[in-house]
Parts: sequence; structure tokens; C-alpha cells
Amino acid sequence: MLGSISNRQATWFVHKFRRADLLRSADEETLMLGSISNRQLFQPRSLTDALSMLRDEGPLVPMAGCTDLYVALNFGTLDDTRFLNLWPLDSLRRIEMRGDVLSIGALATYTDMRRSPLVQKILPMLVAAAREIGGVQVQNRGTLGGNVANGSPAGDTLPVLAAADVVVVLRSAADMRRVPFSEYYTGYRRSVLGPGELIVAFEFRKLHGRQWFRKVGTRAAQAISKVVMAAVAGDPPRIAVGSVAPTVVRLPSTEAALGRGASIDEARQILLEEIAPIDDARSTAEYRQRVAANLLARFWNDSFITKSRRTRNL
Amino acid sequence: MLFVRSPRVIFSLNGKRTRTNAHPMKRLLDVLREDCGLTGTKEGCGEGECGACTVLLNGAPVNSCLVPLVHAAGSRVTTIEALGGRHRLQRAFVEHGGAQCGICTPGMIMAAIALGPRPSIEGIRAGLAGNLCRCTGYSSIYRSIADASRRALVRPAQKHAAFERRARRAR
Repeated sequence: MLGSISNRQATWFVHKFRRADLLRSADEETLMLGSISNRQLFQPRSLTDALSMLRDEGPLVPMAGCTDLYVALNFGTLDDTRFLNLWPLDSLRRIEMRGDVLSIGALATYTDMRRSPLVQKILPMLVAAAREIGGVQVQNRGTLGGNVANGSPAGDTLPVLAAADVVVVLRSAADMRRVPFSEYYTGYRRSVLGPGELIVAFEFRKLHGRQWFRKVGTRAAQAISKVVMAAVAGDPPRIAVGSVAPTVVRLPSTEAALGRGASIDEARQILLEEIAPIDDARSTAEYRQRVAANLLARFWNDSFITKSRRTRNL
Repeated sequence: MLFVRSPRVIFSLNGKRTRTNAHPMKRLLDVLREDCGLTGTKEGCGEGECGACTVLLNGAPVNSCLVPLVHAAGSRVTTIEALGGRHRLQRAFVEHGGAQCGICTPGMIMAAIALGPRPSIEGIRAGLAGNLCRCTGYSSIYRSIADASRRALVRPAQKHAAFERRARRAR
């Protein structure tokens, strides 16, 4: 019997056998649930409650839709044992207008944003980004606050937030501050968020000009982006790119060049000087540079050339 | 309120009020399989990529490997077992070869349930984009779902026609 199975399968059987042995000889609970029985969960009833728990009991890991957090927990790459459950705080889920500012709560899920008439009207590029994140299952759980807090340079909503010059609203037990998105990240997965602070909302001012979003990945759904770009065809245009630097970046020189009427070829050259992507598991630096330059051309073409052609045809 | 010892979590599982003493951070997937004995929900990747563990949480499909039990507290959880094996989607999967090895099937069907009536082929593709299958090449899965939704609409009309025929004969 053993002779008929491949080497790989044989190793698997041995592995399984050893694990079963361990279970019998040791305390089953600690082995099976290992870290889970050590985990403490703080269950706030309100935002104020959550903020005082963070101040008095911190450091705590905030828990929202868990689409990133539980991946780390399932693979044992997270050592933290104390968690703060934000999911029941419905006040952080609101999407509403406050004066002329669109405020999106940190706990709004991608599905919430896709379905919100306000987001559809004011920030179609955010709807486009939300539609391409994960699959329906992830969109039903993942939150905008979580995407920002996780801080991956490949986060799909981050170029949208950068291009829209969003303001991040942070709260602590004692204080509240508003941080422009351009100042939020300080390095790879590092931000100005203090230990006692939570992201509570994002504030968007209305944008002038057509919005554009494009994600380039291995597959339309699920895949993490190789290059992701969000742009607004305003005057001057605003362009933000993800997955090409330790954090999401705006391209001020490219924007300025396009704003003063430079040709698209010239703008592509400037873009190539502005970004310095790296080789990694998902793509190469060379590919990313080329794709980013092509996306810029596509954005410009979609926003102006096709539009003027359309006007001519009318 | 601090959960140090496991408190009781109460939720509705396939319409039945269910209590469990499992740790509030235990994955919903493990609670369903180990504590509730419902092994229809499968674990594929454990990282939200494959959708094999899809269940409905308050009617919306989620990856149960990424849901802590505490997030199901007070909610409605629906698993493949709720369909009882004779649901039109399940029959369509059998007829069209929508299932081969079967690991992805419960997740596929739960994602399909949430599509709403008469989904377009693009709607099916988008709604099932988070469910991976390594056997079928997807076409037979989409065919199964399209056929099941067609039947759901056709059936009442056929019933009505049959009723009318009988009524005419009686006259």
C-alpha cells in the first residue's frame, strides 16, 4: 500500500500521524486551540467605550471585518493576544453628507460603499475600487478603515483616497484630529496613528473632473494588484499609484506637467522618474514601470481624447 | 465588558436558535464544523481566497474562515445544510456536472443563493468571482446556476398552465 503512493503523499501521512500522536500525549486543548485560549477580546458598547479600553488596557489590536487580521491569525503570523472588537459599533458605519463634505465611516464595508447612492454620485472611482476588491464575500466584510489601517502598499482603495485628498479623522479618548491623507503614512506599513487612536471616518470634498480607476492584477477578482491607479481629470489633474513604492504615492511632477499642457509622452517620461517600484512575488519593477506609464496614457486618453472625439461626433 | 472566560454566544443557525460556549474568537467555520457538527461547509485555503467556506451571515455571503464567532452573535447564519439536499440549485449541480470533487460546491451554492432571481451570466460570474474550483473549469457551474434560476421562474408558470388545463377538462 505504501509503495503505491507518491513521496509527497507519504510525507503528509507521517506528518499527520505525528500530529495525532502529540494530541494524545499532551493537553489537547492547548495544542488544538493553542493561541486561541490565550486570546482576550474586549467588547465595547460604544466608540467612547472602545477608546477608553484602548487607553486603559492597550495595546489592543482593533478588529473590524477581519479579512486581513484573520489571515494572519490563521497562519500564526500574528503574536498579539489582546483584541478590541469594533464590528458592533454601528455609528462608525455611516455614509453621509456633512455640509459639502462626504463622510464615510471607517467601518463602511466595500458592499456598503458600492451600494451607497452618495458614494456612487460623488466618488465613482471608490465604487470602482470597491467592486474589484476580493470577491463578494470579502466585499461584504472588508472595511475602508481596515484597508487604510492595514496599510499595504497594494491596498486598492488607497490610490483613490490619495487622489481625492481625503482627510482621515482620528479619535482617541481625549482628542480628535484630522490628518490629510498625504501625511498619514510615514513609511512601509507605518502611519501617524497613535497607540490610543482609532480611525473613525474619512472626509471627502467634492472633486471637479472625471474620475478614473484601474487595477492591474493577475485576475479580475481576488488577485492583489501589481499596479493600481486612481486619477481625477481636473485642472491640474490628480494622479495616485499603488504597488510602486512602500506607500501609495501621488505624482506631483507628472500632474504639474499634464496641467501645463505637456504631451503624454513627456508626461510618461516624468512618471518613470517619479516612481521606483521593486521586484516582488507579484511582479517586477520593469513591468510595473511600463504598466504605470501605460495606465497614465490610458487615463489621459479616456478622459480627454475620447471625450473631445465624442463631442466632435455630436 | 471583557471576554476572558468563554461567554455563551447565541445565534440563529439555519433557523434554529443555537448557543455555544466556544471561544468568541474561534472561526465561525470551526464552530460550525466542530461545535455544531455541520461539516457541509468546507475549508479550502483558510485565507479568504477560495470561497469554499462560504456561508450566509444575515443573508450575505461571507468567508466563514475569516469570521470570528463573536461577529455571528445575534445574527442569522445559513449553511448548505439548510437546503436539505433537494434544493433546485443542488439538483441542477448534479444534472449539469457542476460538482466534481465537491470541495468547492457548498461554497459555490451558498454564493449562488445570494445572487437573487434570474441573474445574468455576468452577474453569476461576478457573484462567484470569490469561489475557486479546480475541477470543472466553471462553465458547468455557471450552467447549473443559470438553469436552476430559469427553472425557478418557469415552474410556477408551468404549474399555472397545468391548473388551467385541468380546469378546462373539468368544464
